[in-house]
Amino acid sequence: MDLIWDGLRKALELLVGLDPEVLGITLLSLKVSGLATLISVVLGMSAAVAVALNEFPGKRLVIALMNTGMGLPPVVVGLFVTVLLWRNGPLGFLGILYTPAAIILAQAVIATPIIAGLGLAALQHLPPELRLQILSLGATRPQLVWLLLREARLPLLAAVMAGFGGVISEVGASIMVGGNLKGSTRVLTTATVMETSRGNFEVAFALSFLLLILAFSVNALLTHLQQSRRPR
Amino acid sequence: MTRSACLRLGLTLATALCPALLSAAPPVQKVVILATTTSTQDSGLLDELVPAFERETGYAVKTIAVGSGQAIAMGKRGEADVLLVHSPDAEKGLMTDGAGVNRRLVMHNDFILVGPAADPAGLAKLGAVACFQRIAATGSLFLSRGDNSGTHAQEMKLWKAAGLAPEGKAWYQQTGQGMGQTLAIAAEKKAYTLADRGTYLALRKKLGLPILHEGDPALRNVYHVIEVNGARFPKVNTAGGRAFADFMVSKAVQTRIKDFGIALYGSPLFFADAGLPE
Repeated sequence: MDLIWDGLRKALELLVGLDPEVLGITLLSLKVSGLATLISVVLGMSAAVAVALNEFPGKRLVIALMNTGMGLPPVVVGLFVTVLLWRNGPLGFLGILYTPAAIILAQAVIATPIIAGLGLAALQHLPPELRLQILSLGATRPQLVWLLLREARLPLLAAVMAGFGGVISEVGASIMVGGNLKGSTRVLTTATVMETSRGNFEVAFALSFLLLILAFSVNALLTHLQQSRRPR
Repeated sequence: MTRSACLRLGLTLATALCPALLSAAPPVQKVVILATTTSTQDSGLLDELVPAFERETGYAVKTIAVGSGQAIAMGKRGEADVLLVHSPDAEKGLMTDGAGVNRRLVMHNDFILVGPAADPAGLAKLGAVACFQRIAATGSLFLSRGDNSGTHAQEMKLWKAAGLAPEGKAWYQQTGQGMGQTLAIAAEKKAYTLADRGTYLALRKKLGLPILHEGDPALRNVYHVIEVNGARFPKVNTAGGRAFADFMVSKAVQTRIKDFGIALYGSPLFFADAGLPE
């Protein structure tokens, strides 16, 4: 137990003292997972809208695949992305293995199905008459999509939070494609794993608390967006 | 939130985040990928040596700390420029294969057998191989790394020497994790395990697992530096790999290795060996 208290105290020390290394790691976590989530929102929401608004053969199979993708294990994604990005691999010419870009790529692969799957469920949950009603009022297709997204705003933002939560907390992919390089690809989760294996449990706890604080802050912001000016 | 507000937020985020990406990739030739074992990173040795190397040469080192098994596999595929590893048999495979060149001795420390203070198997004063036979005979819980690391390879060698095949036995469990975690689990479960001295010394205070056997020549833990063959893998940074290997065996660095850890742990973690016969 005292380890946890020491960790909490250490976390406060690091925060208040603005330890440059820890600050850098925290900011990198935010940047990497934030950008990955942003990419996943664009891709995932587009997929959700496309599937929700169109009827096509094999739709159920596609939905089942999207839902399966929500459970993609980060290490599996990490392994695939690593092998693809190896300098002798198919995407080796990009030269982004062991850079933050590689982590963003892997995390986007993890978060996209989460946002797509939950986003699709949110859109499908809307009453079907709503779409007809909007169309009968003469809305164009983009207007229809926009109104539906607005209508499903609460669960859609929950989907974004789930996506962000999935990637800010994952370690398997980040450590494989990023390499946990000091000052370059070390994020909060990979630093926590390293400090744990070094036996620096207080530092590991401190990093864990910073991770929780970061996750809370981002989610508090998103929740604020979600709950302010609720429709009706 | 209105659409324009959404857009503005998105743009702000994008402009805030993009510089991080663009600044991420240094020029390719200046990067050296070092594949090494967790023990060199977890002990803190590389934190001291790598920045010095970068300052001296201008190279940027990407230290990928994994098990020796993975590090050697990366070398075999030309995915690293230089290796610092401690799994002699696997290293020899890499050399015969031709993927590695210029294998040089850097340093050693040793493996130790640790276990619960009560020592239920009664290992005190036995030889290393006899210890392993005794653990098996008494069915005492033994934790194996089970991750193809250098430590795991050494452990397998000792079981073989003892004429035993412990896999699948109830008293033999594999953690599949690094040395630090495996030691922590051994402390919790009051189990025996084989550890490298460096990691053990770094964690000793927190563990409460005494050393039950040490000093046997069979327990030497030898680290070599190996350059990856640039003739076979055109993308390998041959000059960078060579520079790092030369750096590791240089006189100044050997002195730093010899002194490393004395201030913190009271005894050195590694013994400098460059230039000595194998």
